[in-house]
Amino acid sequence: MRKISRRRLITSGVVATAGVAGLAAATRIAARHGLIPPDCRGVYGPGETLTYAAQKLLTRHSLAREFPRSMISAKPFLNAVAPFSDAFKAHQALGFSDWTLKVDGMVARPTTFSLSDLRTLPRKSQITEVACEEGWSYIAEWIGTPLSHVLHEVGVLPEARYVVYYSIEPDWWESVDMADALHPQTFLTMGMNDGDLPVGFGGPLRLRVPRQLGYKSVKFITRITATDSLRGFGKGLGSASPEGGYSWFAGI
Amino acid sequence: MLTAPSVQSPAIPRHSAVVRVTHWLTVLSFFALLVSGLEIVVSHPRFYWGETGNSNTKPAFIIPIPASRGTVPTGYGYEMPDQNGWSRYLHFQAAWLAVLTGLFYGIHALLTGHFRGDLLPAPGDRNWPAVRAVFSKYRRRGPPDPAEGHTYNVVQRIAYILVIFVLFPLIIWTGLAMSPSFVSAFPLSVELLGGRQTARTLHFFITWLLVAFVVIHVAMVYQSGFRDRMRAMITGRTSSESSERKTTPGAVAQESL
Ligand code: HEM
Repeated sequence: MRKISRRRLITSGVVATAGVAGLAAATRIAARHGLIPPDCRGVYGPGETLTYAAQKLLTRHSLAREFPRSMISAKPFLNAVAPFSDAFKAHQALGFSDWTLKVDGMVARPTTFSLSDLRTLPRKSQITEVACEEGWSYIAEWIGTPLSHVLHEVGVLPEARYVVYYSIEPDWWESVDMADALHPQTFLTMGMNDGDLPVGFGGPLRLRVPRQLGYKSVKFITRITATDSLRGFGKGLGSASPEGGYSWFAGI
Repeated sequence: MLTAPSVQSPAIPRHSAVVRVTHWLTVLSFFALLVSGLEIVVSHPRFYWGETGNSNTKPAFIIPIPASRGTVPTGYGYEMPDQNGWSRYLHFQAAWLAVLTGLFYGIHALLTGHFRGDLLPAPGDRNWPAVRAVFSKYRRRGPPDPAEGHTYNVVQRIAYILVIFVLFPLIIWTGLAMSPSFVSAFPLSVELLGGRQTARTLHFFITWLLVAFVVIHVAMVYQSGFRDRMRAMITGRTSSESSERKTTPGAVAQESL
């Protein structure tokens, strides 16, 4: 009896040590392969890291579901936004003719694009679903240019690992990893359902990230920055969402 | 084992350590999932069938509570505080705990024959009379069959099998079918269900089936002798009391069935 319990004790010790060593090694490998999200600390860090790592491994090249034209929602839901800032209203008064998108950071040729510059880039459309973290959803056709074209135009450097994007409205910014930034369905969206993108849906320029929930598709985009680390941005949690208590990765 | 009757040997092995640890981890994650899940519902207490649904479309049904979003037409002039941030973080963390615990439990149960030996109804019990007999005893509030001190009765077994092999897989499936990222890799996961909103509505219904299971489950544990059953699930050992109950009339009646 005593012998067994000693053997058990030794076995448990070995298992525990192996477990800790395994976890440390797994963390190192995960970090090297970019599987650790910027909001990996805190009480919910373990779950967040598992979710991000698992989805990254599973969904690297997957495409968001696209729908037939007949499934486009007749009445897409117009989500509330904070009252527009004076800066936005000034652009709106001019019909957004002076709207610009500044692309900088880890790029060879930092560039400021006007909306008409963006319109000369390859134009694509997708019929995808917007799913809100609250539970509701709608389907619309989104027309614009893949972000990958813009990143290609400015010569994004191979060291870049994330793209940070900002709304003209204060404290509204997000970031995605390079896999999502270069994903063929990640659009700088300027049109919706065959017309211009209405202001209520993020016009004149919204970044659509259809493999993630709606809050990653920031409205009224004016600036995009490529970077190799999210540390220097805001509180270093990746975007405004985790600063407000929401997870950075919104694939679920 | 049951025939070792002396009062001086109060503890008889009952549940393995793996069953006990995974059970209580499941309880922990279940309540975390329930609280955070209901919290998430508060941000949009409307449910739909099909692929899409929002405040502009007709709901299948609504939960008559105020919402934590002003954009939801609830009829209340009151807006609940937004708690979705931590609720979603907690929901997915608890889901990982539940899934990993379940995987560990399932692999262990397969390897040790726990499913076949302890959870699959015994050959003689795979018939309605056996099930009805157990039910009627619960209804009469009769004392448990002494055999229940060391094994589950057929109703418990059926309930556990349903939870482990039907409700748990369904709640995970309908949950993942709401992940835009997961369904991009596995579109059939949501298409087979009939759409994202159907997945959400089914997820909500299965939650209540699980809650119903837990309520009945705890009532059954209470009915069989809460202290002894809890002691067995916590320490792994059951007291000899239940083997003494062997002579109670209810038990005899049960055995004669
Ligand atoms: C406060 C809540 C709970 C209590 C007090 C409780 C208590 C118990 C007890 C005492 C047993 C052993 C039954 C017996 O020997 O008669 C048991 C078994 C079991 N319980 Fe629970 N339970 C609770 C919640 C849950 C939940 C939330 C689930 C899953 C959703 C669950 C699933 C099971 C399963 C599957 C078994 C059989 C385990 C096996 O032998 O493999 N229980 N529970």
